[in-house]
Amino acid sequence: MITFMNNSDSEEEPCNERTSLMSAESPPVPSYQDGLQASEAGEVQAHRKRRAGSSRGPNNIAGGEMSGPGVPVRESALENEEEELTLKYGAKHVIMLFVPVTLCMIVVVATIKSVRFYTEKNGQLIYTPFSEDTPSVGQRLLNSVLNTIIMISVIIVMTVFLVLLYKYRCYKFIHGWLILSSLMLLFLFTYIYLGEVLKTYNVAMDYPTLFLVIWNFGAVGMICIHWKGPLQLQQAYLIMISALMALVFIKYLPEWSAWVILGAISIYDLMAVLCPKGPLRMLVETAQERNEPIFPALIYSSAMMWTVGMAKPDTAARGPSQQTWNAAEDGREHHRSPSHTDSQMPETRSPVPTRPVTSLEELEEEERGVKLGLGDFIFYSVLVGKAAATASGDWNTTLACFVAILIGLCLTLLLLAVFKKALPALPISITFGLIFYFSTDNLVRPFMDTLAFHQLYI
Amino acid sequence: AFFWLLSLLAASLLWAVSVQLSGREDAALLLPGAAAAVLLQELCRFACFRMLRKADEGLAMLSEDGRSPISLRQMAYVSGLSFGIISGVFSIINILVDAAGPGTVGIHGDSPYYFITSAFLTMALVLLHTFWGVIFFDACERRRAGGLGMVVGGHLLVSGLTFLNPWYEATLGPILILTLCTGLWAFGTAGGSFHNVLKCLSCKQEPEGRVMLYSALQVPPEE
Repeated sequence: MITFMNNSDSEEEPCNERTSLMSAESPPVPSYQDGLQASEAGEVQAHRKRRAGSSRGPNNIAGGEMSGPGVPVRESALENEEEELTLKYGAKHVIMLFVPVTLCMIVVVATIKSVRFYTEKNGQLIYTPFSEDTPSVGQRLLNSVLNTIIMISVIIVMTVFLVLLYKYRCYKFIHGWLILSSLMLLFLFTYIYLGEVLKTYNVAMDYPTLFLVIWNFGAVGMICIHWKGPLQLQQAYLIMISALMALVFIKYLPEWSAWVILGAISIYDLMAVLCPKGPLRMLVETAQERNEPIFPALIYSSAMMWTVGMAKPDTAARGPSQQTWNAAEDGREHHRSPSHTDSQMPETRSPVPTRPVTSLEELEEEERGVKLGLGDFIFYSVLVGKAAATASGDWNTTLACFVAILIGLCLTLLLLAVFKKALPALPISITFGLIFYFSTDNLVRPFMDTLAFHQLYI
Repeated sequence: AFFWLLSLLAASLLWAVSVQLSGREDAALLLPGAAAAVLLQELCRFACFRMLRKADEGLAMLSEDGRSPISLRQMAYVSGLSFGIISGVFSIINILVDAAGPGTVGIHGDSPYYFITSAFLTMALVLLHTFWGVIFFDACERRRAGGLGMVVGGHLLVSGLTFLNPWYEATLGPILILTLCTGLWAFGTAGGSFHNVLKCLSCKQEPEGRVMLYSALQVPPEE
């Protein structure tokens, strides 16, 4: 899901009543990804990651529109300005989302192309029990469809479980789940990844050094993700975790199952976020009713919500009330993208939601930002990684999928600016990506190959 | 880039269908295939223009002073550049990957200059797409069919020239000259001129004059 964060502080504009008005009324949108699933096992995690794909759409207004029920009366002029602001900043945040998505994809593609481990078939997850080594095409197709059904139903069960936990306020359980899953990701998967990379480049590393590196990496990651930390470090960790998860998926999902799963999960995402009874939507609504943000783990946010203890001398421009509102508002980021990956990593940002900010100095400048669930990152990377791993046309196919996904993301953000509620981030991008993958691999590749053979340019 | 990819997709579809239908060896079908690809690219460039025009109007409406933050010229440049980049990348990336691996160029009797000429041709094509983008958008804006025709004709000409390819004097030379001329034309279309270039190169301090006006209250201007 992609959600907008209203930030109280726009770079050039003075603080706006809009934002304050907005924050007043809109509860923070919880961006819980359905991906929140217990991550006891790596598989579960992988499992969750997939779920994360669903986007949550918080109902919070992205970009400060104040429409909506219960909002204080706004003149239409204000609304127009809001929209304008939304679009302007929306464009900026599109770019801010392009960079992490691109980085994640680059990491995944680079790893796939260089480290053999992730393209070898070494078994499958228990979530995809049917093998694809069957003699006939029909049987293979059937197996992949069955695999997909199993996977999606596990995801649905997990999401519903998560929503129930959230509804009945079992926060501790959810936190524990998130922490366990991120622990596993940060330590175990990183260890495996590092081992494989070292093997590929034939670099020797002794165990004490390895222990030191992994320990530091993991500990800092846990702190950054679950507690507080510099925004960029947190973003970097989230990107790395998404890449690791995507690599696990690419390795352990059989060929056809992977494509069918990608298609099915974007349909699921669409339904879970937009249907009135969809789990993600219920999650978002519950979080909005309670005026608290969705669990920060599992969501990538493009701008800082607020950090504690950082004084900003130039907040004098904004009035205190605005700051209060902004803080509250920040707390309410909505996540549009539900795709949380399983590894729910609580964000360092804690929702500020209900209590007004007491001191100005403690407020960090909040920016309007957009939130994207980690599951979205993961599935985009899975698509591009699979294209890189299996396409015979090599880089052309990968590039085409990459462009397709980015354009899909752009369109989704545009729709976000128009509709101003949480939207699923997966369907459009994955659809474009799948179309481009299959068509580039089968149609464009022979054409370009023949042209290149004769050194013709079109 | 997306639009270019769409055009490429359509062209490949067309080509694949025609290969299937004719059942012949594909070399003979490349000429119409390439021509179709060029025409489809220009069509997609036009579609891009329409979309950007609409976006421009929308932005202008929404902005405070009635002008959009990005001028149509900038959009033309960006659109041309992205067409060029994606076209160039698609043309050259597989060659680059092969160049990084073991092998001998032209061992079966083909030209040994394959890589270097590919590099130059790709560079020319990227630049040409950029220039064509600027000229095309300007011609569409002012509704001059001449510019449009020249762009499409130029593209067809360049593509056709590459059909002569192992004879590099006939292809590289004219294409590079064409690139230069198109570049000058695009520069002129975008409002540049010899005078502008001189002014830019001599780094006249025009804006400072304004600064001095405001700061005249505090600090006496040096001049």
